[in-house]
Amino acid sequence: MTEAKIFVRRYDPETKKSWISEYNVPVEGDTMVLDALVYIKNKIDRTLTFRYSCRMAICGSCGMVINGRPMLACQTKVAEIRTPIVVEPLYNFDVIKDLVVDMDVFMHYLKEMKPYIIRKEEPKEIIVKSEQQEPIINPSACINCMLCYAACPVFGYDQTFKGPAALSLLYRYLMDPIDQGREERLKIANDKDAVWKCSFWGECSNACPKNVDPAFNIQRMKLMLGLSSLK
Amino acid sequence: MDKIRADVIVIGAGAAGLRAAIEAASMNQKLKIALISKVYPMRSHTVSAEGGAAAVIKEYDNLESHAYDTVKGSDFLADQDAVEAFVSRAPMELKNLEKWGLPWARDEQGRMAARAFGGMSVKRTFFAADKTGFYILHTLFQRSILYENIERFDEWFVTSLIVENNRFKGLTAIDIKNGTFHYFEGKAAIICTGGIGQLYKTTSNGAINTGDGMALAYRVGAPLKDMEFVQFHPTGLPGKGLLITEAARGEGGYLLNNQNERFMKRYAPEKLELAARDVVSRAIFNEIKEGRGFKGKYGDYIGLDIRHLGKDVIDKKLPTVKEMAEKYAGVNPYNELIPVRPTMHYMMGGVHTNKEAETPIAGLYAAGEAACVSINGANRLGSNSLTECLVFGSIAGYNAARFALEHDYLEVSKEEVTREENRIFDGLIKKENGIPPSDILYELKDIMEEKVGILRNGKDLEEALSSIMKLKERFKQVSVTDKSKTYNTDFIQILELDFMLDVAETITYAALKRKESRGAHYRVDFPKRDDEHFLVHQLVYKSEYEPRIELLPVVITKWKPTERKY
Ligand SMILES: Cc1cc2nc3c(=O)[nH]c(=O)nc-3n(C[C@H](O)[C@H](O)[C@H](O)COP(=O)(O)OP(=O)(O)OC[C@H]3O[C@@H](n4cnc5c(N)ncnc54)[C@H](O)[C@@H]3O)c2cc1C
Ligand code: SF4
Ligand code: FES
Repeated sequence: MTEAKIFVRRYDPETKKSWISEYNVPVEGDTMVLDALVYIKNKIDRTLTFRYSCRMAICGSCGMVINGRPMLACQTKVAEIRTPIVVEPLYNFDVIKDLVVDMDVFMHYLKEMKPYIIRKEEPKEIIVKSEQQEPIINPSACINCMLCYAACPVFGYDQTFKGPAALSLLYRYLMDPIDQGREERLKIANDKDAVWKCSFWGECSNACPKNVDPAFNIQRMKLMLGLSSLK
Repeated sequence: MDKIRADVIVIGAGAAGLRAAIEAASMNQKLKIALISKVYPMRSHTVSAEGGAAAVIKEYDNLESHAYDTVKGSDFLADQDAVEAFVSRAPMELKNLEKWGLPWARDEQGRMAARAFGGMSVKRTFFAADKTGFYILHTLFQRSILYENIERFDEWFVTSLIVENNRFKGLTAIDIKNGTFHYFEGKAAIICTGGIGQLYKTTSNGAINTGDGMALAYRVGAPLKDMEFVQFHPTGLPGKGLLITEAARGEGGYLLNNQNERFMKRYAPEKLELAARDVVSRAIFNEIKEGRGFKGKYGDYIGLDIRHLGKDVIDKKLPTVKEMAEKYAGVNPYNELIPVRPTMHYMMGGVHTNKEAETPIAGLYAAGEAACVSINGANRLGSNSLTECLVFGSIAGYNAARFALEHDYLEVSKEEVTREENRIFDGLIKKENGIPPSDILYELKDIMEEKVGILRNGKDLEEALSSIMKLKERFKQVSVTDKSKTYNTDFIQILELDFMLDVAETITYAALKRKESRGAHYRVDFPKRDDEHFLVHQLVYKSEYEPRIELLPVVITKWKPTERKY
C-alpha cells in the first residue's frame, strides 16, 4: 500500500467559486481513480461531488479529465498514470458542481437524431445476417460517456455542433438493416450544425473508451451526402 | 412548492421502468407518463448485464421446458401460474426489441442466435455480444424518446410514496440538480427501482442499487416477499465483486481448483459448471474452505478457465470478459486463469405483486428486480431477469395505464407533503455535527456479508439483526456535511442509507424465520429443504417494533416439488 496525491478541481455553484483540493489516498496496484474518489468521499471529504455507478466502464457516468485527458475514472488505474494526479470536470460542458457537468445539451441532440427505428409498417419476421449487422456494431457501442465531446475542438468553441456521439448514433440508425428512415436521417446529417461542422480532428475517436469511431462515422455520412446530391 | 401531475408515474428507468413507460404511453396517447430516475436512464444498472435474456424462440424448444427449468431453478418456490405466464409472453418481448433495432447476435440463417446458460436445459439465452443489458437498456431508452407523452425527470430522487386508504395517490421527490423538493399526484405508479447490491461488501451491482423502491413500498404498508433469497453469483472478481458473466461458462469455460481439477463434477455430475447458481456458489465456497483455492490478496479464489475456447470465440462472444479480466484482474484470459469468487448479485425478493404486477395497494404496481412476482423463488436462473423486466414491465405499464383511465386523481394534502419535507429538511439537512453516514454504511456491508451471506445460521442472523437495529439507532445521529442545495450527493447517499437499513432488516428477519435450506438461502443449522413447513412465501410487513410476517402458499399448477439435482 502506497499513498497517492490527488488534486481535484472544485466548483461551488452557489458562490461561483472554483478552487483546487488536495487529498492523500492510500492506493494499491489495482486501485482505480474512481476507487480513490470514493475513498475521499467516504473517509475524507463528504462534499466532494462526482457521478458514478457501475464501476465497470459501461454506464458512462464517471467521465472526467484525468491528467489532462478525458477518461473514465473507473477504468483508469492510479498506478499506471503520473502522480500527483489532477482531476477536473469534463471540458467543454457547463459545470454543475465539482466533477458533475451538465449533459442536457447532449440529451437534446440525441433526441434530434431520432434514435429509434423508423418504418412504414412493422416487419413480420426479421432475417438479418451477421454481415448486415456489421456496420452498426461500432456506432451502437456508444455508452454516452461524453469523453468525445470533452475532446472535440469544434464542440469546444461551438456548442451548437451536434457533436461526435449524437452524430455517430445517427449513423448507427442510418446503417441499420431494418431501418427505412434514410431520407429523413440524411436531412438531419445535412443540417448546418451537423456533419459539415466536423473538421476531422479525430480527437473523438482517440478519446472513446469503447472504440467507437465517431470521426470515421461522420466522414461516412459526408460521403453519403455527397453521393446522394450527385443523383 | 410545485405540484406535478401525471396519470402514470414510473419510478426507475432501467429495463423494467422503460418498458413499463413505453407500454403505458403507447396504450393511450392521452395519458401523461412521468418517468422518474435518480440517474440518467442509460446509467441504470440494467446496462451492466452481459450474458443474455431467455425465451422460447427456437424450434427445438418449448414453453413447458422453460417453465420447468425455472421452477426447478427456484427450488420449487416460484409460483407456477406466474412462471407459465412469464414464459409464454417472453418470446414476444424479445422479438419486440428486435423490431426496435436491438442487434441480437445472429445464427447462420440470419435469425436470433441462442447460447447455453446455467439451469436452462437447452440453448435459449439470446444475446448481443456480452453486452446484452447494455443493448436492451439503450434500445429501450432510445425508443422511449419517440413517445411525446413520456415526460422524463432525469436525476430526480423519490423520497416517499403517499397512500390513502390503501390507494396510491402521489409521491415526493427531490430534483438532485438544484435540491428542490416537489410532489407528484398520480393515478397510478410503478416501482421499477432495481436491486439492493450495495447492502453487501462484495457485489456485482452498481452504486445506485440501494433498494429504494422496496423501502418506499414497505413504509406505506406494502409487504415485501421472499426477502431471504439473495443470489450470490459464482464468478465475481475477488475484492471488487465485478462480474464475469455466466456466458463464460455458457460458452464452455471451466472452473478449476488448485489441483487443476474441474471440481464441479463432484457437486453437479450432470450439469457441471452450468448447474444453478446457488449450487455453484456453494461449491466454490466449499472448495475454498477445504483449502483447494488459489491464494490471493483478497482471500482465496478459484480459477475460471476459458483458454481452450480460443482467441476467436473470446474476442467475438466474450469481449467484455476479456476486457474485465485484463483491466480489473490484470490477467490475460487467452493464456491465464481468471480469478473468481462468489459475489452478491441479485435479489430474488422484492415488493410483493401478483402476476398482473399489482401490489396489494390499489394503483401501485411493481416490476423488475425491485418486485417479487414470484417467478424466481429461492433462486433465479441467469438470463431470466432481463426477460422478467420486459415481461412484467409491459404488464405493469398496461395495467397501470388501464387503472389510470378508470380512476381520478386523489388530492395530496399540504400536511402530507410538509410532513415529508420536515422529515428530510429539518430532520436531516439542518442537523449539525452528527456522524457521517459512511461508518454506518461500511458496518452494514460487513454485517450482511459475514452473517447474512452464502452460509447462514440462527445465531449469526440474530446477531446481525440486533446489530442492524443498533445501526438504525445510530443513523439518527447522522448529519449532512455538504450544506449546498446543488447536486448534493452527501445528502442523497444518506437518504439511500436510510432505505438500505430498512431493507437489511427485512432480509435478515426473513432469513432468521426460514428454518430450512432452499435455493440461495442456506442454513447450516437446518441444511435440508423442508416442504412440509416452508413451501410458502414469507411476506414481511412493517410494524411498530419488529417486522411482521405472513405466510402465503406457493401456487403449484403442474410440477410437484422433487429433490433438485444438477
Ligand atoms: C453485472 C450484472 C450482470 C447481469 N447479467 C444478467 C444477464 O446476463 N441476464 C439477466 O437476465 N440478468 C442479468 N442481471 C440482472 C439484471 O440485469 C437486473 O436484474 C435487471 O437489469 C434489473 O433491471 P431493473 O429495471 O429492475 O433495475 P435497474 O436497471 O437497476 O434500474 C433501476 C432504476 O431505478 C431508479 N431508481 C432507484 N431508486 C430510485 C429513487 N429513489 N428515485 C428515483 N429513481 C430511482 C434508478 O435510477 C434506475 O433507473 C445482471 C445483473 C448484474 C448486476
Ligand atoms: S462515442 Fe465513445 S466517447 Fe463518445 S460518448 Fe460514445 S462511448 Fe463515449
Ligand atoms: S462508473 Fe460506470 S462507466 Fe465508470
